Amino acid sequence: MGGEFLFFIETTISGLMAGVMYALVALGFVLIFKASGIFNFAQGVLALFAGLTLVGLMEKFGLPPWAAIIATVGVMIVLAWLIERLVLQYLVNQDPIILFMSTIGLAYVLEGLGDIMWGSDVKVLEIGIPQGAVDWLLDDYGLYIEKLEIVAAVTGAIMVTGLAVFFNKTRIGRALRAVADDHQAALSVGISLRTIWVIVWSVSGIVALVAGVMWGSKSGVQFSLSLIALKALPVLILGGFTSIPGAIVGGLIIGVGEKWAEIYIGSLVGGAIENWFAYVLALGFLLFRPQGLFGERIIERV
Amino acid sequence: MNLRKLFAGAAVAAVALPVIAVSAPAGELTIPSLVYRTGPYAPNGIPFANGYADYWNLLNERDGGIEGSKINLIECETAYNTQQGVECYESTKGEGAGALVYQPLSTGITYQLIPKASADKIPVFSMGYGRTSAANGKVFEWIFNFPATYWDGATAIVQYIGDREGGMDKLKGKKLALVYHNSAYGKEPIRTLEVMAEKYGYELMLLPVDHPGQEQKATWLQVRRERPDWVMMWGWGVMNQVAIKEAASIRYPMDRFIGVWWSASENDVLPAGAGADGYLAAAVHAPGADFPVHADILKHLYDKNKGAGERDRVGEVLYNRGLAAAMWTSEAIRTAMKMHNTKDPTAAQVRDGFENLKVSEARLKELGLEGFTYGIEISCANHSGPGRAAIQQWDAKAKKWSIVSKFYDRMPEITGPLIEADSSAYAKENNITARSCN
Repeated sequence: MGGEFLFFIETTISGLMAGVMYALVALGFVLIFKASGIFNFAQGVLALFAGLTLVGLMEKFGLPPWAAIIATVGVMIVLAWLIERLVLQYLVNQDPIILFMSTIGLAYVLEGLGDIMWGSDVKVLEIGIPQGAVDWLLDDYGLYIEKLEIVAAVTGAIMVTGLAVFFNKTRIGRALRAVADDHQAALSVGISLRTIWVIVWSVSGIVALVAGVMWGSKSGVQFSLSLIALKALPVLILGGFTSIPGAIVGGLIIGVGEKWAEIYIGSLVGGAIENWFAYVLALGFLLFRPQGLFGERIIERV
Repeated sequence: MNLRKLFAGAAVAAVALPVIAVSAPAGELTIPSLVYRTGPYAPNGIPFANGYADYWNLLNERDGGIEGSKINLIECETAYNTQQGVECYESTKGEGAGALVYQPLSTGITYQLIPKASADKIPVFSMGYGRTSAANGKVFEWIFNFPATYWDGATAIVQYIGDREGGMDKLKGKKLALVYHNSAYGKEPIRTLEVMAEKYGYELMLLPVDHPGQEQKATWLQVRRERPDWVMMWGWGVMNQVAIKEAASIRYPMDRFIGVWWSASENDVLPAGAGADGYLAAAVHAPGADFPVHADILKHLYDKNKGAGERDRVGEVLYNRGLAAAMWTSEAIRTAMKMHNTKDPTAAQVRDGFENLKVSEARLKELGLEGFTYGIEISCANHSGPGRAAIQQWDAKAKKWSIVSKFYDRMPEITGPLIEADSSAYAKENNITARSCN
């Protein structure tokens, strides 16, 4: 019985940790949607591109991890600027669906660019993140928790705190919120929409780098990384597209929910239910709260 | 108006020119190569495609083709997507004098091509993948899946486990888990393993992993709880890398974790670093670049900057698999040429070449591949060859695979009735009258 309870604890902790990994991806979506109303289809590819650039800089130019990370942040900022210059500036005031379509195109361009620049092989990412189980917990208490997931959880916490401070306490953050509330009103008080877009895509690119590093450490940096966006969708539906805490709480609920489902229900129905269970869970929430747990309720008056 | 005509003329010329350019001269052999150098599975697709291309190019460069006929290799990108694969088939089958053979490189694409290629009378060589019951050549006249099927692979792995446990009778009461890609491919060995479980008394635990398999925590927590004596894996792409890492994390002994030959490449083990040391996998050919044919490839292609990939990756497991696929295909074409006394065989004649293919160990030596794999002999009834597989082991320190067991023979008493039942069902569904032959 004790063993079974310990296993339940282990499953729950693993679910929470996996949830943080999902939330890291979902955060990038939230940032861009919050500031510009664009559902960024390319977010998963941004994580891949950031991961590829980081490993590429380390492998091909021999940069130490810290320098490669700084350089990759620089690349993501330049990329954000280019995206604004070459894509978004022509689409101001277009329907959201047009902006969404442009991000689909962007995803293909970035994937091709990453392939041309860094190749399609699996790349081992070694920047000193510890791997494997936490030994003393496993040896002394029989409890299995992965070191990488602890690092991801701590990183996630720091990032969310940083983003909260950025959005609430800084001038740029307030401008971002103003743009999110009403493009035209923000423009009328002198906020530059284009600058805001560059900033928000840069921040989103940096969040994508963190997600790329964490997921890349788990499986090696490879093109299937772009598919992690699929893991973020139920998190977004559940947490709301505009809420940073929503992404975190949504991630945790999805993470734990799918692990419990796979282990305690999956074995009864043949297994492999965790992927679709996440969507079922999210749809269940939608029935009761269409705007998600923390999303903004849109009231349109006739 | 004139301008419009000019543009229209230019457009017609632009469309027509490439077609003119690829129409093959007499004696040129058209071999389409369905590859995936892009997409999530590209890391596995690239080395195979390179090995496949290098062998054909070697024949062109060193020997002037096969028996004097040059090979026109046409790559078509599938991104491991079934729909794109079918489009590739449709767009390349009429190239040159007509495509001679297809290597679909995906079980999903193979399933789609089985009826199409059979109707078009073009042979399909799904080497070590695809529909297992295509082994029955009486029903699947145009499909070949030698040297071994997934069911052969399953019997080889269980025999190896039996050897390690001290005899097949020692399997009784043991717990064997199968971690598999939740797809047609991953489910292939289940029936065989279930039949063997009944015969040898082991308990089979099934753990499916959904595509793409980046998150497998729940699967490996179950392995940790149940502690199976052995874990087998039918994985592909990122699923392999994550599974090996997760197994290392929960401290599952790597020398009791065995993948099929598609969970057996350098890509699969390298991300886990030292944790992957001792991991086992089935093999139908040797790894490494120590064979005379590799020396020829380096000399005739890479030294002249004509190699398909990077020089230091010649000899990787999946590279060698592509090379093996091209070698057996070229020998089938050669057989067809000799049988029909022509330098310009048709697809139907190449099928005859496959069905009468014999590549003995002596012939392998002539080809610069002594000890690379085992001899094969294909017949009308047996399209899957001898069905033998060995076990290879990863040395993380040396970053090298080595074969650590004998080649196990297939167990026809297990797989035979399954192949018969599945192919008969297919024949019935598709109104095919089985040929009467041996």
